[in-house]
Amino acid sequence: MSEMLFTAAIARTIAEEMRRDPSVFVMGEDVGVIGGIYGASKGLLEEFGRERIRQTPISEAGFVGAGLGAACTGMRPIVELMYMDFTFVAMDQILNQVAKTRYVFGGKAKIPLVIRGQQGVGGGNAATHSQSVESLFLNIPGLKIAVPSTAADAVGLLRTAIRDDNPVLFFEHKKLYKGGKWEVPDDPEYMIPFGKADIKRQGTDVTVVATQFYVGEALKAAEELAKEGISVEVVDPRTLYPLDIDTICESVKKTGHLVTVHEACAVGGWGSEIESQVMDRVFRYMDAAPIRVGAKQCPLPFNPNLEKAVVPQIPDIVAACKRVLSK
Amino acid sequence: MITKERALWIYEKMLEIRQFEETAWDLFCANKIHGSVHLYLGEEAVAASVCSFMTDEDYITSTHRGHGHCVAKGGDLGKTLAEMMGRDTGYCRGRSGSMHIADFSKGNLGANAIVGGGIPIATGAALSQKMQGKKDNFTVAFFGDGACSQGVTHESMNLAALWKLPIIFCIENNGYAISLPLEDNIPTDNITDRAAGYGMPSFSVDGNDVEAICEAMEQAVAHVTSGQGPVMLECKTGRWMGHWTGDPELYRTRQEVEELKAREPIQRFRARMLETGIADEETICAIEAKVTKAMADALDFAMNSPEPDPAHVTDDVFYEG
Repeated sequence: MSEMLFTAAIARTIAEEMRRDPSVFVMGEDVGVIGGIYGASKGLLEEFGRERIRQTPISEAGFVGAGLGAACTGMRPIVELMYMDFTFVAMDQILNQVAKTRYVFGGKAKIPLVIRGQQGVGGGNAATHSQSVESLFLNIPGLKIAVPSTAADAVGLLRTAIRDDNPVLFFEHKKLYKGGKWEVPDDPEYMIPFGKADIKRQGTDVTVVATQFYVGEALKAAEELAKEGISVEVVDPRTLYPLDIDTICESVKKTGHLVTVHEACAVGGWGSEIESQVMDRVFRYMDAAPIRVGAKQCPLPFNPNLEKAVVPQIPDIVAACKRVLSK
Repeated sequence: MITKERALWIYEKMLEIRQFEETAWDLFCANKIHGSVHLYLGEEAVAASVCSFMTDEDYITSTHRGHGHCVAKGGDLGKTLAEMMGRDTGYCRGRSGSMHIADFSKGNLGANAIVGGGIPIATGAALSQKMQGKKDNFTVAFFGDGACSQGVTHESMNLAALWKLPIIFCIENNGYAISLPLEDNIPTDNITDRAAGYGMPSFSVDGNDVEAICEAMEQAVAHVTSGQGPVMLECKTGRWMGHWTGDPELYRTRQEVEELKAREPIQRFRARMLETGIADEETICAIEAKVTKAMADALDFAMNSPEPDPAHVTDDVFYEG
């Protein structure tokens, strides 16, 4: 184990995979001299040079599409988006091209493409640089979606993503970048399979399913609730597609109560999808209707207090757990 | 004049495309092809001439009007037609239809129903060729005058020029972006004026003239495979049919279409081959008979191919290997 920043763990994993496989390369904005705007590609240019660390012009649709073209012709590109909000600039390439190429061509193409970057609030960047956009992609078949909550999980999931022969959208969270140093396994073969949830805290009264920054917030809420004698189980799915619905259902069968928590808007968010799948499977074990905790249906404002008012806070998670138990 | 071998190959491919498209039209009218079909009739010289310079190791991306590119890149007539009829034996097992046919084994990275959608993909394929050190290989992105107004077209040309990628941006200028005439789509007289902005050499040729396209391609291929970066090649041509099979064509006159047909590429090239002595009547007739037989076999194959089994409809969304 080593201690390092979340971004350093990402950069180290990319470097390890680039040493292992010459077809892996990085493309994106500002990934060169400054190592990405948040430093998640730091040091890569020095080791691998401009041929494999390709700093692009500001052309998201162009270089995401080029990533697809390179991926289906024998390379394994890692495309960095400066903000995952910028997927919107490249939406045709991601939704119509990357996601569908294998299927529409009758299963002939392999698309080993990773599109990664950070998202979420915490940068003071307002509406177009602070969103959590992972839920949107769940509605499009053909994309795998990873949402790590710790640096160790990010390392294991990123390695799996790079070695996967399918397109992966890899969502990091900028608040985790700022979360100090993390324990990270040093094994260059450390991998976490997709579709395997992790129970981050065992409990018996209520199941909280959370991802990314909100796993930490759910754990803090669980601490508070423990003081009141409420035992919370925190389940981190780690990937939204494929989804480990079995582990979530097993937890709900035990607790009888479900709360989902994410920073993305509650309306149309993945929390609703998980709740629907859980009710479909284990409704008879549930003592109350599930509750989803997510952002208000409002663009993210600039002012820190306004921003805080839009996205879920620890008291919101605590209140949701109490409410689901009192139903 | 181009070599005899190339001339005969191009003639055969143009005829294959012509007969394929006529067959597709007949099948559509007979309700044997559903959806919509975008015919390449009249533009045959472009795909055939350009692809005559390519091997299976060279890549193309194509457009919604893609059957011609697929056939010219070595695509099997029967599998292509079967795909358009939604059959299990089609190139994409009936999932793609007319607008998304691909044949990776021949370097055809796919037709693309989003106008301009294939251009960055072609750029990435050329990036692979460069990074993999395949110095003799290159990629052609086929697209039309309509795609010239898409943002990704600019982004791709800019990237390719910056990184000196081995790619030819082949613009099939048929004068209309669906119903939008060229003068309402492109604000200058020549699309190739844009090449200067990327420091890219360009050629603008009569897209119905096989020899003119080949002459430009010779120079274009030499340029892109020598590590000097991309080339823009505009082929001015015209489609005989509507944009799609249901197009009422209210935007042009019958006279205009008749004038276009007078510039027909295949008979023109046939006469030219006879005139220059590159081929005699007997050789040409033998090719015509061969293509007619191949098309009849392809039709037979497609018509007798099974429907795909809905039990497998969700196969291949992901690679599971």
